Amino acid sequence: MTASPPVIPIVERCQALFEDLDLNAVKQWKAAAPGRKAIGYMPIYVPRELVHAAGMLSVGILGGGDQIEVIQGDAYYQSYICRIPRSTIELALTGRLDCLDGMLFPSICDVIRNLSGMWQILFKDKYVRYFDVPQNYEDAIGGTFYINELAALRDDLGKLRGAPITDDELNASIRVYNENRRAVQELYAYRARKPWQAPTSEVYLVLRAGMVLPPEEHTQLVRDYIDAADALPRPKRDNARVVLNGSFCEQPPLGLIKSIEMAGCYIVDDDFMLVTRWLLDDVPESGNPLEALSKAFLHRSATTAAKYDTKRADKGVFLLKQIKTSGAEGVIFAAPSFCDPALLERPMLQDVLSRHTVPHTAFKYAENTGQMAPIREQAGTFADSIKLWSAA
Amino acid sequence: MNATAVLPQGAGKPQVQKEDAMWLQKEMINRNYHELATARERGHKVAATFVPGNLNELLMCFDFARSLPETNALQNGLRKKSGKFILDAERDGQSEDVCNYVKADLGMMLGGEIGPTGEALPKPDILLLSYTGCFTFMKWFELIRHKYGCESVMLHVPYQGEGKIAPNMRDYVVKQLKETVIPALERISGVAFDIDRLRQYMKESTKAEEDLVAVLQSAKHRPSPIDGYFGAVYYIGPIFTAFRGTPEATEFYRVLRQEIEQRVRDGKGPITPDGEMAEEKYRLVVEGPPNWTSFREFWKMFYDEGAVVVTSTYAKVGGVYDFGFRHDPDHPLESLAEYCLGCYTNLNLPSRIDMICRYIDEYQADGLLINSIKSCNSFSAGQLLVLREVEKRTGKPAAFIETDLVDPRYFSAANVRNRLESYLQMVKQKRAAALAAH
Ligand code: SF4
Ligand code: SF4
Repeated sequence: MTASPPVIPIVERCQALFEDLDLNAVKQWKAAAPGRKAIGYMPIYVPRELVHAAGMLSVGILGGGDQIEVIQGDAYYQSYICRIPRSTIELALTGRLDCLDGMLFPSICDVIRNLSGMWQILFKDKYVRYFDVPQNYEDAIGGTFYINELAALRDDLGKLRGAPITDDELNASIRVYNENRRAVQELYAYRARKPWQAPTSEVYLVLRAGMVLPPEEHTQLVRDYIDAADALPRPKRDNARVVLNGSFCEQPPLGLIKSIEMAGCYIVDDDFMLVTRWLLDDVPESGNPLEALSKAFLHRSATTAAKYDTKRADKGVFLLKQIKTSGAEGVIFAAPSFCDPALLERPMLQDVLSRHTVPHTAFKYAENTGQMAPIREQAGTFADSIKLWSAA
Repeated sequence: MNATAVLPQGAGKPQVQKEDAMWLQKEMINRNYHELATARERGHKVAATFVPGNLNELLMCFDFARSLPETNALQNGLRKKSGKFILDAERDGQSEDVCNYVKADLGMMLGGEIGPTGEALPKPDILLLSYTGCFTFMKWFELIRHKYGCESVMLHVPYQGEGKIAPNMRDYVVKQLKETVIPALERISGVAFDIDRLRQYMKESTKAEEDLVAVLQSAKHRPSPIDGYFGAVYYIGPIFTAFRGTPEATEFYRVLRQEIEQRVRDGKGPITPDGEMAEEKYRLVVEGPPNWTSFREFWKMFYDEGAVVVTSTYAKVGGVYDFGFRHDPDHPLESLAEYCLGCYTNLNLPSRIDMICRYIDEYQADGLLINSIKSCNSFSAGQLLVLREVEKRTGKPAAFIETDLVDPRYFSAANVRNRLESYLQMVKQKRAAALAAH
């Protein structure tokens, strides 16, 4: 038996990857073999299996956080538009995304959608694709559309590397991502079980590392982290167990996650980087890969504000399940300012929670929010009220 | 969204001038509100749907009375009721950050759904969610469904991310129409689908579309006989809403076209609320929806300066007809799909820029003015790049103003006027410089 690596260096490595807005990890990966290519993608979901099958690295782009000063990006966006597109433009205009050979803009909202067109104009030498996903969940309707969209992306990526992507390659990549998803699910299950052992400020960084590392390496990293975290006993506090909802696109600053934890909350589930958990279970690894990916998307995928709920009764079901599975006692709605999807979804989810007598609180943030005191105070009051509630 | 049409309040005041067709239009819109209010007693089911990509001809095949929440929101904006509705919706839990059209509508519903004409609007039997060109539509109807329990049916219209309609996109929309939308409409209305009825309505649509295009393109004349933005909201009203496909709409556009062609022959400029516009000094293209809460004031700032908007992208939100698209009775479902896919905000940014540059050229415009709407990510995200690209490609000056559709808190008259005046100054200087260079 090998001793687990200590937790601190793992977290430090993830933190370094997180802070490295120049994407040096991506550059190193590309430099390690000739002809390697990297494809960036925005939240929430793209089928990374296709990128992997083309032998390319998929790179999750989640804005500039609170680490860069947005100067040029502000000239592209009015004040009433969220931060992530402007800091993403800033990253690109300052050359930090030069190592990406292409960008995928998934269908999440009008801002990201329009950003795809801006990219086409501003970065003409790069591959750019708006990646549409179906809002109709019938195999014969939305499924057929989606399989064709997948096929178009597969063709494009095949052309980009100079050879078509085979079914075998795709199935192999599906296997790799199944394994990665399993590891991430283990991580989430572990945190829900022992949140004092795996604080979200660390889990978040481990997840973020998956945005720039090859999936195989990330899978190992996740498992190493679980082992290492488990090996180091940490004090268990009497914190309130909460699910964080609404942070699926523009990310809160790390300080905000820490503040929520410091205020007395254990985050036991969330919607950060849903791409890593979008498909809820294994995708079949043999057979027609596009069909398998499509069925997984249509019938076994996560729910978020960008996805249509076919019936009224479906609203909030996924969140309620998250609460139940993770043993949460309440929900913190934390949404980016000016985020139509998250902020319009919120009142409906709040209503469902109220009907199920689940306590909840809500605030907005921006990726560069600096003032944590009000948030800490609000989260603290919320945690106290949950404890009072459960004591009553 | 952004939609359409209708007469500003105060239209009945005698000093306000309008073309005959404008009065006709007001009557039509008001009649639709009355039909909606009395739908139940007349045994009709009610469908709510959005302007861009609306399936009016199809809904008529099932005898639905048609309600367009965006039109309600804008009507309430014109009638200065939207401010309160927005606050009511915010008090009810909606964020101050989100689209105000949604809040104006939700606020109206909270207030007992008294429509803009004072009559109570019925709760829809079906929310037909064809979310062309904007994701917020999806949340909007989910919110209504959540609160009022109405059933919804989705028509997902893919985005033209690559600047074209791929066969896969069209097939997907047609399949949804056949297998999801039509069966749901049949079930709820109790009326069987008759494709020949659809064809018949589409024949009417085509005639009206022909005349509408002639009206909009009349602005290529000098002076322009119409205002293609402020005036155009009256012209697009019927065809973007509950009337496309009806004989009344056909008649409306026939009369309107005659009126406008006469104005061309007479060498007249546009009719404004203060009468005929005097000298045409500036010809502008406008991108973005108008502001409704101060619509008249906003328009006046333009005509007082002799600025006429020769064409606008807003007049294309409910259908881009001026590049040749017509509803096609021989391929009804396919053409409905193409219609939905082709609405302005479903076009990608490069296509939108191409369109604006083409307008500036074809309408011999002096430049571009963008009215950026706080509410509307669909239109607004990316507009600053649109501005720069258009300037670069056409060499014509472009400028930016910011307002909102229906939230009076975001209309600062002084600001808008300043921006407009300095923009027109810039146009003048550019023109003088160009003359001097020749
Ligand atoms: S933060 Fe919200 S509004 Fe902004 S790009 Fe993301 S999903 Fe869209
Ligand atoms: S975001 Fe714009 S297009 Fe969408 S509903 Fe609001 S006003 Fe209409």
